[in-house]
Amino acid sequence: MKLEFVLNGRPLTLEADPGTRVIDLLRRELELTGVKEACGSGECGACSILVDGRQLVSCLMLAGQLQGREVTTIEGLAPPNGLHPLQEEFVARGAVQCGFCTPGMLMAGAALLKNRPDADENEIKKGISGNICRCTGYIKIVEAIEAAQKRLKKGAVL
Amino acid sequence: MEIGDPLVRADALAKVLGKEKYSADLYTPGMLWSGVKRAGVSHAELVSVNIERAKALEGVEAVLTAADVPGPNRQGVIHKDQPVLAQDRIHYAGDPVALVLAKDQSTLKKALELISLELRELPGVYDPASALEAKAPLVHPQNESGNLIIHATQILGRGAAALDDCQTVVEGDFEVPRQEHAFMETECGVARLDENGRLEMSVSTQAPFRDRLEIGQALGLDPFSIRVKAPAMGGGFGGKDGATVQCLLALAALKASNRPVIMVWDRRESFLAGTKRLAGRLKYRLGADADGSLKALVCEIIMDNGAYANLGPEVLGQCMECAAGPYRVLNTSISGKAVYTNNPVGGPFRGFGAPQAAFAMEQMMDMLAARLGLEPLEIRRRNALKRGDKNSLGITLTTSTGIAQCLHTLADHPLYLQAEDWKKKSPPFRARGKGLACVLHSVGFGAKVPDYATAKIELTGEGKFKIYSGIVDMGQGNASTYLQMAGDILNQDAADLELVLPDTELCLPSGSASASRTTYIFGNALIKAAERLKKLIQQKAAMVFASQDREDDFALLPRTVRHLPSGWEVSLADLARMPNKSELTATGYFKAPVAPEAKEGGSLEIKGFGMGHRLFSYGAHLALIEVDQITGHIEVASYLAVTDSGRVINPQIFEQQIQGGIAQGLGYGLCEDFLLHKGQVLSRDFSTYILPTSLDVPVIYSKAVETHEDSGPYGMKGMGELPICGPLPAVANGLADACGVRVMQAPLTGERVLNALSTAGAAGEEK
Repeated sequence: MKLEFVLNGRPLTLEADPGTRVIDLLRRELELTGVKEACGSGECGACSILVDGRQLVSCLMLAGQLQGREVTTIEGLAPPNGLHPLQEEFVARGAVQCGFCTPGMLMAGAALLKNRPDADENEIKKGISGNICRCTGYIKIVEAIEAAQKRLKKGAVL
Repeated sequence: MEIGDPLVRADALAKVLGKEKYSADLYTPGMLWSGVKRAGVSHAELVSVNIERAKALEGVEAVLTAADVPGPNRQGVIHKDQPVLAQDRIHYAGDPVALVLAKDQSTLKKALELISLELRELPGVYDPASALEAKAPLVHPQNESGNLIIHATQILGRGAAALDDCQTVVEGDFEVPRQEHAFMETECGVARLDENGRLEMSVSTQAPFRDRLEIGQALGLDPFSIRVKAPAMGGGFGGKDGATVQCLLALAALKASNRPVIMVWDRRESFLAGTKRLAGRLKYRLGADADGSLKALVCEIIMDNGAYANLGPEVLGQCMECAAGPYRVLNTSISGKAVYTNNPVGGPFRGFGAPQAAFAMEQMMDMLAARLGLEPLEIRRRNALKRGDKNSLGITLTTSTGIAQCLHTLADHPLYLQAEDWKKKSPPFRARGKGLACVLHSVGFGAKVPDYATAKIELTGEGKFKIYSGIVDMGQGNASTYLQMAGDILNQDAADLELVLPDTELCLPSGSASASRTTYIFGNALIKAAERLKKLIQQKAAMVFASQDREDDFALLPRTVRHLPSGWEVSLADLARMPNKSELTATGYFKAPVAPEAKEGGSLEIKGFGMGHRLFSYGAHLALIEVDQITGHIEVASYLAVTDSGRVINPQIFEQQIQGGIAQGLGYGLCEDFLLHKGQVLSRDFSTYILPTSLDVPVIYSKAVETHEDSGPYGMKGMGELPICGPLPAVANGLADACGVRVMQAPLTGERVLNALSTAGAAGEEK
């Protein structure tokens, strides 16, 4: 089918099998390998993307579901010539170890801060509880999200 | 860059941008997909493999069976007992029987479904005790000692006889579960055989140099015709130490007509075919004098090694070596058995065998303290090892031994001081407790396995430095620490240091990323290389200035060399443009010292590999827990880890290891239970094998006591595996403190705790 959607800010038209998993479309056809596959069954959040601003797992979506929607992957999180405050804080606060859960975790964090800008620590923990990290113990991830939240509240520009 | 700075990790930026390339990201259009058909049954004779229908499927390039494997078809790090593709016999459900190459992933999947097996099922053995019974079915009938892989006994002093002289003896029988590594990146790699017969592979691995040998031996190839590259890894934790996809992928590449091939295990395949932390049983008897001085320890350990030896016997060795904890025990008898069963394969997992031992020994210490009317902290203080003591194997500790300092720091910490008050404020139907655990973990391979590293640094034509890493960074950050050390010696900024990831063609062999050795051993080699290169640069600068001055008059600055007496400067780029490039590369070699008494011909007879260490890191952990008396659920409220791992090079990376290790240890302690039924995996995915989430990890306080280890780079010792050893015993002791019950079988699930509570309640009513 002819698939039209906005990917990382740019309108895109391509011929695709509507039954292809979105994660395969992104990783193989579009070479967006920042989208990670870790379970393939929607249980770990590593393949999270934003679809119309909501965090969804791309391993459980089919290409046809992207028709007409706005999609952001980790490759599109940073503003031009810069980093998203979440990305800066993840680096500065040591929230990254092996890095395999990081893209999905950042997308979860981005959706959370956008939809619930006043989330407290517990709400942040809840917000990322669908994303599994096996290295960090989550503590530095939560700290990084809180730090980014403060900067966004102070009006950090995206 | 300074030692001791909490510098941000060199790999973090690429990772937050999604730009870091892991092995499975090296996919290119046109690549063939490879995958294996697995046996599915736990024990059987393999009569035939029917591959015709799969072969006939359009898009299938090749279907291979054991008959297509060149060479001996045996893999294994030390014990070569595992076939690349199963031949004649199935030893466990994950045995691979056929390898398929197909044009894409969906064709691969279809082809694998079209393969059928003719099997004659055999009775199996699924627990190690019954595997040792006289008439037990044999997993490997050709193994001379039946299902027993190794039986080792270490006796110190008067051994078990000393129990008779003890004023008090306590006994315990403990059971520990399998643990799944559950690294986020499953086992994967890409490979290609070129037109000249050279095989190149990029693979998620902890040991690229050893992989080359393992592939070569298994498939009868010249190991030097194989190049293994190790890109960024999405976690390893021991589960990628030894071949996972490597031999299968190499075999696929041999039959792919020079096309590139990819293999990625999915999560269920990873759960089935990947190694697990060894499950086992530990029987303890611990005796002491009236004042609590430990006098005798007898323990018998039996480990379920699964279908192949892998590194199980070495894991057992570490378990035996840590069996007595960080305590002075004058008489010990420690015996261990690793046993074949028809279960998935046991192998290394962060902590090796130390977490299993800590679960037993730390509860024994609390049981003994309770019997003698001593505080758990006090009995540990009285028995803490110090330098000059003999450990439980009989090795005299000559290296930094900071367990007493750890206990001292813990005792002064507000969390410990306020614990009793906190306990008193527990809400209704909830009981609060505090639990202590002391931990130790060895650094390096021990006396019997060569333990060395070779580092290489080059000054490039642009005046930057390339650091060739010989040991993989599987995510723990050791590569960033390498840069920090080189940057400190060469006085360069992060931007001017470039890391070359392990690659058997470019880097120098330095052993596996394991055994808490990476920064210790490679750091020592790297310091030598960096200091040599620094001297070469100073000499070159002296030449340029035609100076008669000493080399020390030339200081390295970021991108520049300055002649200190005159203030003249020359840029490193200009220096690098001078002829004779070999002058601008330096290497450094370091071999780890070993305990003299454990060496070949030493006074101690050390039985197994993986035993007889000279150097250990230590820790004292405290868990404050709350038990729901209605559901049995344990919630860990807060946690303190005090660590002696010598000098801390990078406090941020140190803290990452502490927090991550404790989270993984809490998973092992509370919820991760890898369930099997007759060798069949019941915990097949993340919905049935429960990992800690962001909601399950408590506040974690961390303190480093920072002893100075003379043999370590800048005084450090390895600590990546240490923290995972503490949570399970600390929580178990907290449970006993809160509710007066002991659960001897891990993990401490709500169900088990509730059972223990109701049993204790019923017993109370009877009285």
